[in-house]
Amino acid sequence: MLILECPYCGVKAEETELHAGGEAHIKRFGPGSSDDDFETYLFQRENPMGVHFERWRHVNGCGKWFHAARSTTTLEVFGTYSARTFEPPQEIKDKITARLPGWSWRDLS
Amino acid sequence: MSDLATALDGASFDGLVKVEELHAQGMITLRGDFGDPGFVTAVTGVAEVSMPGQRGAIVDGRRGLLWMSPDELLLLCTYAEAPILAAKLDAALAGQHCLVANVSDARACFTLNGAYTREVLAKLAPVDMSRDSFGPGEVRRTRLAQVAAAFWLTSDDGAQIVCFRSVAEYVFNLLKAASAPGSEVDFL
Ligand SMILES: [Zn+2]
Repeated sequence: MLILECPYCGVKAEETELHAGGEAHIKRFGPGSSDDDFETYLFQRENPMGVHFERWRHVNGCGKWFHAARSTTTLEVFGTYSARTFEPPQEIKDKITARLPGWSWRDLS
Repeated sequence: MSDLATALDGASFDGLVKVEELHAQGMITLRGDFGDPGFVTAVTGVAEVSMPGQRGAIVDGRRGLLWMSPDELLLLCTYAEAPILAAKLDAALAGQHCLVANVSDARACFTLNGAYTREVLAKLAPVDMSRDSFGPGEVRRTRLAQVAAAFWLTSDDGAQIVCFRSVAEYVFNLLKAASAPGSEVDFL
């Protein structure tokens, strides 16, 4: 059972109160972009064994979208954070480094 | 004037707890910037209830303010005064970026009363209903089995539930099943 603390209402919500929103921090490429960029934006996703960053929505709750950093192998949650950011806060990255030195995800490490 | 029809016409059930559909609760959804003193002053002025903190439920008689999200409140009042308060709020908040919507007819409300209130809710919602973690003064938006709902404790052995009117019968049946005589767990 995955339990994520919603950073907006502070509820420790278990999985059935949440809706998974897929990979986090995806940059949109729309009209005018190259075919390669558009294809990557639409279809290319990370499939990590370990550290992952995701979007979740507290759907049966306050209704807000937020971000979560967790391990796909152990379900350890490193933290949740605001939806209003383009990348994870330093504090979350430091927590991951403390647990899993040498981790990387896309161009983050 | 014709009689007001609630979703289940005030249905009730006596089991581990007494389940009753509330007759016509007034409810106004408010959205705005809680950091803006103008918004807070207008809302608390019209509601005559103080501003709740995160997940707070401040209920004083027939009036109440429930914290639904960082930018959403639910104002409780009588059914009759809901349109009047909504108009007052519209006037008090004129020019501000916010939402005032009378949702009294879009929702259904139930009350639970009895010593097993916490247990009945715990059977249906993924919420720790122990006294240490949930008490009066707090509102919880969650799900009851498969539908969204919110509830708060009205006393140590009573609760009020809000759900969408379209799922009122489903929720009533859930509450009946969870409070069926003989189904007590006696954990909480
Ligand atoms: Zn939330």
